[in-house]
Amino acid sequence: MELQTLTFIVVGFTFVIYIGIAVWSRAKSTGDFYVAGKGVHPVANGMATAADWMSAASFISMAGLIAFLGYDGSVYLMGWTGGYVLLALLLAPYLRKYGKFTVPSFIGDRYYSSAARIVAVICLIFISFTYVAGQMRGVGIVFSRFLEVDILTGLIIGMGIVFFYAVLGGMKGITYTQVAQYCVLIFAYTVPAIFISIQLTGHVLPQTGLGGQVTGESVYLLDKLNTVIQDLGFGEYTDGSKSMIDMFAITLALMVGTAGLPHVIVRFFTVPKVSDARKSAGWALLFIALLYTTAPAVGAMARLNLIDTIQPGAVATAPNLAYDERPDWFRTWEDTGLLSFEDKNGDGRIQYYNDTNPEFTPIAESRGWNGNELDVDRDIMVLANPEIANLPDWVIALVAAGGVAAALSTAAGLLLVISAAVSHDLVKSVIAPNISDKAELMVGRLAAAVAILIAGYLGYNPPGFVAQVVAFAFGLAAASLFPAIIMGIFSKRINREGAIAGMLTGLIFTFGYIIYFKGVFIQPLAENTPENWLFGISPEGIGVVGMLINFGVAFIVSRLTSAPPEHIQELIEDIRVPRGAGHAHSH
Amino acid sequence: MSEQTQRNQYWQANLKIMAVCLSVWFIASFGLGILFAGPLNGIQLFGFPLGFWFAQQGSIYTFLILIFYYAWRMNRLDREFDVHEE
Repeated sequence: MELQTLTFIVVGFTFVIYIGIAVWSRAKSTGDFYVAGKGVHPVANGMATAADWMSAASFISMAGLIAFLGYDGSVYLMGWTGGYVLLALLLAPYLRKYGKFTVPSFIGDRYYSSAARIVAVICLIFISFTYVAGQMRGVGIVFSRFLEVDILTGLIIGMGIVFFYAVLGGMKGITYTQVAQYCVLIFAYTVPAIFISIQLTGHVLPQTGLGGQVTGESVYLLDKLNTVIQDLGFGEYTDGSKSMIDMFAITLALMVGTAGLPHVIVRFFTVPKVSDARKSAGWALLFIALLYTTAPAVGAMARLNLIDTIQPGAVATAPNLAYDERPDWFRTWEDTGLLSFEDKNGDGRIQYYNDTNPEFTPIAESRGWNGNELDVDRDIMVLANPEIANLPDWVIALVAAGGVAAALSTAAGLLLVISAAVSHDLVKSVIAPNISDKAELMVGRLAAAVAILIAGYLGYNPPGFVAQVVAFAFGLAAASLFPAIIMGIFSKRINREGAIAGMLTGLIFTFGYIIYFKGVFIQPLAENTPENWLFGISPEGIGVVGMLINFGVAFIVSRLTSAPPEHIQELIEDIRVPRGAGHAHSH
Repeated sequence: MSEQTQRNQYWQANLKIMAVCLSVWFIASFGLGILFAGPLNGIQLFGFPLGFWFAQQGSIYTFLILIFYYAWRMNRLDREFDVHEE
């Protein structure tokens, strides 16, 4: 059977499963719609959280990012997993005990203020929309690449599927669909990785294969990679080029940002008990770690495979790969534009090396090399993996289904928190408090539908900043929502004035710093280089400084104004102990 | 012991466990994976330079163990102080 037909069948089959689940688990009340009736088993919730969390970026781009960054790529690995420790220890159990539906409603109640609630809603909407635009784009790209339909058609199919199960099923539909999506995506990710690890090192587990010896040679894989890329003028793979303070700041900003992302936090509202919320964070991280510990192995092995293909023998002694003799997968990916070759020195062979390293230029010239001739998109490291390893067609089809699952599951989770924030925190709490449960559910569905249309539009016409959204979403979550929630639980003294002032200053500072260097709606005001950065911290890591400012401002302003009222102190006392969680959600 | 003091003691005990867990969290990632990664890379663990291993593998395993430990420890603490869920 042809690859494309097979891909259609595999992806189509997964869609039938998702829709079947949505029909079976459709939401009947606002409780079902927002938090799946609080009846999700912690293991199922862990899987759903993992699918919710791992986006198209984690699935498609992360391994490639690490392949080219080496040690510096560790910021993503530690940053996007370490946040779960913060969630499990500092947030999840208390927010579950508090027992309501959304993050803004916690902030609004704890700081006894509609203004605080609205500030939280604004932060949430901004964070979630920037994030979701990237996901819809991912859906479109996967469709167009594997199914050869154009991006718009791909986008419309993706929106249709998400619309169906998010609008109909709400959180309940999304949760159980995400469980299925997790299974698809983890299978699709690990199967090619295992095969490649066996081929390259003889290890079944990619995690140990990364530290293993290359088959048939008595040299460790990482040592070989270090040698070969240094011979090509790149920096050592296992050593970094980022400054220590920047590594530190980015890792911390990603961790804290993860713990502050509304669509992740809200997952812990869906389990039955406080003890389940703690446990569920562990399950979520376990399921995430399966992919996140495989990714560095995929990255290193794919990089080595790529270089081995182009440099069949030792660098500069054996001739490089001749363009006419390139393998089939090379041709396939050339067609997509993700891989391109330009014969700069006219020798008909492919030279791949670091031509931005001035110390290496004389060496390259002495070899008759006239600039790097191979342009590799980092996404290819995961997408082309099964072909490079000569795996059967069904594995390639599976990778397509996995990419779609990763993008759809994250998009659905984001759309739900947006719709919940609108229907519950704006309409029900501020605009029309007397609205019935049924009408609120209707508003929620309507908001989800509108959000999907906007997300689809943003996915099709990405405003220039989609590439920078990661810095934005995490930085803003770290600087605004995370500190407000933490202080709400761990301090009885932080009051309404302090929290609002803290969130606003944290948000504005971080927003301003990123715009200053990245220029989202305007031209960047300064060049984005380490010499210009505050304390040497890049825009990716600046959320940490925003967070500290938030804490500082909130503390000072709260000292200068009166303490929170008695009933708020009692609320804090109450969320600190697990007992009584079952009764907490009276509305 | 009044309910109030019992709850306060429970909270203090919780904070202590939390502080220990967060120290481990910090040491495994920021300590061994970043601050001391350079010197640690001189030590070889199978094919891994040790600092690199902590940054790309070890820290994640540590996080995982920490969360399950905390969940288990807190379940015990909840019962000790009789604040567990029915």
